[in-house]
Amino acid sequence: MSELMPVILALTILIGGVAGAAVLTWFERRLLGVWQDRYGPNRLGPFGVGQVAADMIKLLFKDDWVPPFADKLVFIFAPTAIVVAMMMGFAVVPFAPGMMIIDVNIGLLFFLGMTSLAVYSVLLGGLASNNKYALLGGLRSAAQMVSYEVFMGLSLIGVVMMSGSFSLVDIVEAQTDVWFCFSQILGLFVFIIAGIAESHRLPFDLPEAEHELTAGFHTEYGGMKFAMFMLGEYLGLMLISCMIVTLFFGGWHGPMLIGHWLPPFFWFSFKVFVVICFFVLLRAAIPRPRYDQLMSLGWKVMLPITLVNIVVTGAVLLWMEGAA
Amino acid sequence: MLSELRTMWEVLKHTFTKAETVQYPEEMPYLAPRYRGRIVLTRDPDGEERCVACNLCAAVCPVDCIALQKDTREDGTWYPEFFRINFSRCIMCGMCEEACPTYAIQLTPDFEMCEYDRQNMVYEKEHLLINGVGKYPDYNFYRVSGMKTASKDKGEALNEARPIDTKSLLP
Repeated sequence: MSELMPVILALTILIGGVAGAAVLTWFERRLLGVWQDRYGPNRLGPFGVGQVAADMIKLLFKDDWVPPFADKLVFIFAPTAIVVAMMMGFAVVPFAPGMMIIDVNIGLLFFLGMTSLAVYSVLLGGLASNNKYALLGGLRSAAQMVSYEVFMGLSLIGVVMMSGSFSLVDIVEAQTDVWFCFSQILGLFVFIIAGIAESHRLPFDLPEAEHELTAGFHTEYGGMKFAMFMLGEYLGLMLISCMIVTLFFGGWHGPMLIGHWLPPFFWFSFKVFVVICFFVLLRAAIPRPRYDQLMSLGWKVMLPITLVNIVVTGAVLLWMEGAA
Repeated sequence: MLSELRTMWEVLKHTFTKAETVQYPEEMPYLAPRYRGRIVLTRDPDGEERCVACNLCAAVCPVDCIALQKDTREDGTWYPEFFRINFSRCIMCGMCEEACPTYAIQLTPDFEMCEYDRQNMVYEKEHLLINGVGKYPDYNFYRVSGMKTASKDKGEALNEARPIDTKSLLP
């Protein structure tokens, strides 16, 4: 049974991830509607959930066209890469005690590595399209992701220092009493912003800024290949939300006192849901920055904050060790 | 940073506001009487066609979607022999209504004019004419105009003075 568990879980994540991303497209549109005083898709089925199926059918029946001027092999490979990389990232997410595919001692590094791989998808997609807009989108995503990768990794150093491990299970266990969102508030702040930039969602969706670059790196994509990019983006959103919950909001631990009333998996998924809602709120509220603003925010604000966070966390830990 | 947080709070408060959407096919939106929709030709209070085929609407139409031909009745009044509006061209600008000297052509609050066949968008006079006075219930052009018809001579119209004999010196 224990050997079968990861296999069953992997299949569940594969199906659940794709289905979750599909439902998320509908959910996001409804939620944006709520915040913009309109309804969003509400026609098909209860609350408009049937819109998901309608979109799927439409995308599946679209002509699977590759532009004659594109680099065929890379053009087809690019959308697959982002989905595979994001799916792999879910392998180390601890959903509940014992409910994870693999507990590696470098889980955090594995997650960072997988999200870094996703940049190749966007970059190659933009490059292979052989289109000016797509190339500019790919270029932007490369610069954006490479720079935000730095703070994303550095912002987690504080968490690693406090828990003393790269294993995500150990990190969650270290938050049994106090969640890291209090002691690592600066790290959380940087990680959220870097996470949005990493999954290139609004307000940091400069690689596909549609009023400047039509659709950025996926200008030439249509049908299921476009759907793969979207799937990757929503998987990335879910993965980042899972990681924020795992690293800063106590993973499967419920809040104090009432945490034992409900199963750990409920608390984990509830917190992930709240974080996803927060990301949608960001999309509804914050306009997209200019490209140079994005870069200077990264290097002039985010980097100093993370460095200060690392130094202060280290100093406090050393001081507490000395005091004890 | 503070302004971004404030923006997010303001947007979050909209969770509890009602959607502005009017769910169109089930719930019809209110359209003002002066809404510029489907064009009609109205009749005067006596039930006669108001249009005198002056061609001003066709002349002012920016997309040239109106076509008509003048004809004269036995009593001396004018009327359009045919009156054709190509609604696939019409941009509902309402300039024909502004140009019309007899309030004959009027725009109505109706925009549901979808057709599968483009030819069905060409409306002839029998499609355009309505059995009503439209927005101007009391107006009758031939009662106020100085034109001579079978029923009245010059100077007999409403608010019209008798014609002056320009060849006489008498007051």
